[in-house]
Amino acid sequence: MMQEGLDDGPDFLSEEDRGSTLPNFKQNEFSVVRQHEEFIWLHDSFVENEEYAGYIIPPAPPRPDFDASREKLQKLGEGEGSMTKEEFTKMKQELEAEYLAIFKKTVAMHEVFLCRVAAHPVLRKDLNFHVFLEYNQDLSVRGKNKKEKLEDFFKNVVKSADGVLVAGVKDVDDFFEHEKTFLLEYHNRVKDASAKSDRMIRSHKNAADDINRIASSLYTLGTQDSTDLCKFFLKVSELFEKTRKIEARIAADEDLKLADLLKYYLRESQAAKDLLYRRSRALVDYENANKALDKARAKNRDVLQAETSQQLCCHKFEKISESAKQELIDFKTRRVAAFRKNLVELAELELKHAKGNLQLLQGCLGILKGNT
Amino acid sequence: MADTARDAPPEQTDFHELEDGEELFPEPATTQESQPASLAAEDISTNSNGPKQDSLFDDDPEDLFAEATEEVSLDSPERDVLLSDGPSPAITPITPPTSVITPRIGHTHDDMFTHSSFDEIEEEEGGDSFDIHISVSDPEKVGDGMNAYMAYKVTTKTSMSLFKRSEFAVKRRFSDFLGLHSKLASKYLHIGYIVPPAPEKSIVGMTKVKVGKEDQSSNEFVEKRRSALERYLMRTVKHPILLKDPDVLQFLESSELPRAVSTQALSSAGLLRMVNKAADAVNKMTIKMNESDAWFEEKQQHFENLDVQLRKLHTSVESLVCHRKELSVNTAQFAKSAAMLGNSEDHTALSRALSQLAEVEEKIDQLHQDQANADFYLFSELLGDYVRLLTAVKGVFDHRMKTWQKWQDSQMLLQKKREAEAKLQFTNKPDKLQQAKDEIKEEIEELEGKVQQGERDFEQISKTIRKEVSRFEKERVKDFKTIIIKYLESLVQTQQQLIKYWEAFLPEAKAIS
Repeated sequence: MMQEGLDDGPDFLSEEDRGSTLPNFKQNEFSVVRQHEEFIWLHDSFVENEEYAGYIIPPAPPRPDFDASREKLQKLGEGEGSMTKEEFTKMKQELEAEYLAIFKKTVAMHEVFLCRVAAHPVLRKDLNFHVFLEYNQDLSVRGKNKKEKLEDFFKNVVKSADGVLVAGVKDVDDFFEHEKTFLLEYHNRVKDASAKSDRMIRSHKNAADDINRIASSLYTLGTQDSTDLCKFFLKVSELFEKTRKIEARIAADEDLKLADLLKYYLRESQAAKDLLYRRSRALVDYENANKALDKARAKNRDVLQAETSQQLCCHKFEKISESAKQELIDFKTRRVAAFRKNLVELAELELKHAKGNLQLLQGCLGILKGNT
Repeated sequence: MADTARDAPPEQTDFHELEDGEELFPEPATTQESQPASLAAEDISTNSNGPKQDSLFDDDPEDLFAEATEEVSLDSPERDVLLSDGPSPAITPITPPTSVITPRIGHTHDDMFTHSSFDEIEEEEGGDSFDIHISVSDPEKVGDGMNAYMAYKVTTKTSMSLFKRSEFAVKRRFSDFLGLHSKLASKYLHIGYIVPPAPEKSIVGMTKVKVGKEDQSSNEFVEKRRSALERYLMRTVKHPILLKDPDVLQFLESSELPRAVSTQALSSAGLLRMVNKAADAVNKMTIKMNESDAWFEEKQQHFENLDVQLRKLHTSVESLVCHRKELSVNTAQFAKSAAMLGNSEDHTALSRALSQLAEVEEKIDQLHQDQANADFYLFSELLGDYVRLLTAVKGVFDHRMKTWQKWQDSQMLLQKKREAEAKLQFTNKPDKLQQAKDEIKEEIEELEGKVQQGERDFEQISKTIRKEVSRFEKERVKDFKTIIIKYLESLVQTQQQLIKYWEAFLPEAKAIS
């Protein structure tokens, strides 16, 4: 359950957990205030925890992006002189609505992250998670400093180089081999679909904005005209005002049900890929440990040490493989369910809006034709 | 020829110089030199009151196109109203229906602007209901390289007796249309008629076509032009006066049309036009008219406001067309991407649903494309046409100002001459006195005539403009209502299709298990 704190700092989010059924909580209901950086800290702490190597770590919520809206607001301010008062007020209202919509979306995505964690049988017990939820002071999570950021960068470079290496090695296990092939391709295609859906939705928003301007112009024409056309223009202007609201809603719903879905599964499929990578790394470590053991036995030196090391690697690898299998099966189940829900809702909303539009258009046409 | 130079002070010498060997007439003015009788036989239809085409010598006072081979009194009110006043010097042979009006230029003006003529024309309209439909089709490229051009088929279907047949077609090229407009503008604009402007030239567009690029953008250009030419002709013939103009009839009916070379942008005629336009602009700025009639001021303001708003609306609609085309392209791309995603999805039912989604989006992208076309051809072009029409309307008001100015100038000149005459009384050179006195008396007489004519011209153009504005506004209301309703109907269709597509998809989505 989340509440937005609507001020000029969009990173400010508050979170409230009602009637928690999670064990180990000292109170039943509590609320704290958390910033975006603190969510990232929590996510990263999971990633860095070796114990969780065998799980798909729920992807971190994306950074709230108000740049586009800020730009629009600035342009609106600059263009204030060139439009009528009504137009300016109208555009300002829309911009505020847009801001609010983005804000709500951001909050929702942060919430999804926490719910995913809470739903996971192991992660929900994580200590950091509890602290995150309960500690009612600032967590003093500093953003990563330059050195740490650089370390991260190199870690990623190494990971991708390794990733290539690992991807090349054919897995003995059919299940994982299939998953690897599947995920690599799937991730790329989701990325593409996500980008294309964003572009499509942006065009839709642009068209809705045009219809808005057309409605305003028609209104002015209607008030100025002295002929029969004045009523005509006013009626059509009214119609376009309403239809463009619907068009804007369509774009927003497509964004929510389609674009966000694709973006989310882009991040989840990346998290799944990361899991596979960690397992491959563990496999490589295990194989290296085997080689080391053979060498040690051959030289008859440090055999015990090599044996212990090999056992650890084996254990680690098997543990990861076991949980990874379950995680990947769950991933598929979740994915199918999410797509089903969203596609059904998308189709239902598209239908609802098209019917709404149709009704408005036919109603207006009836009146206009009746009067001519 | 009796054609007078437009706006020229009543000195015939100007005109005749223009006539003889003027290089602005690149082709021999064949029709002008032929006998009036032969002209009529081919090119002129009589009015709508019945088949009077053969009765060239018809005495009927209502006959607009009575051949003037008989001596018709120039003061009779039934003179041809429109046809002999000033072709522009820069045009290929205009078909003057009355070739033998004697060049007493000052007086012909008189006849053209009497009230009854116009009224009679309107009466005639009642006789034959307006039933004519013109279509422009089958664009065909003729020739090669930079000399190539597009030929369009112009088909007229009509039941009006004005025409020889009820259905006929001719081939015309773009410069023919420009030539027609040029002739009509020169004949009618300066006496107050709103002549619909021709579609705009486009050097870029035409070059692509000439060069032979058979791609989508040059096809779109040709279609845009074809549609514009059709709308132009329909607007022109909807005007009751223009419909009966022999140049219009010749354009629609005759299989061969002399080429209008002077419509080329870079010809000497084109340059002359540009110079004239510039001069006009300067004049407009310096004329300060005493408006005695509030109606004109009001109407000018109204058209000014309308112009501003229509331009604004036009810009927004053009933007919508652009974004809708973008939406179509982006939807198509998304459809492909969704299909790919469906292919790589390993859950069977979901994979199928994603493929279905891709199909739906592909159909929707075509829908957006169609809607963008409706946005353009119905809404955007309507607005563009009216923005151009308003320029013609403003031009007509400007001509009225010029006419007023001319009248005032004559009046001032008369005043000066009268003062000069008075001064003469006090000269002490008796021998020259009588001669000078006679001269001045003559000049004063002439000027008095001019002043009277100027006043009549001004009254007539004012009257014509009032009628024209009323007709224009009626047309405007009709046009906007008809076309906007059509446009809304296109939107209805789009929504209906969308509903169909999503209704088909919904069960597919629900079937994912």
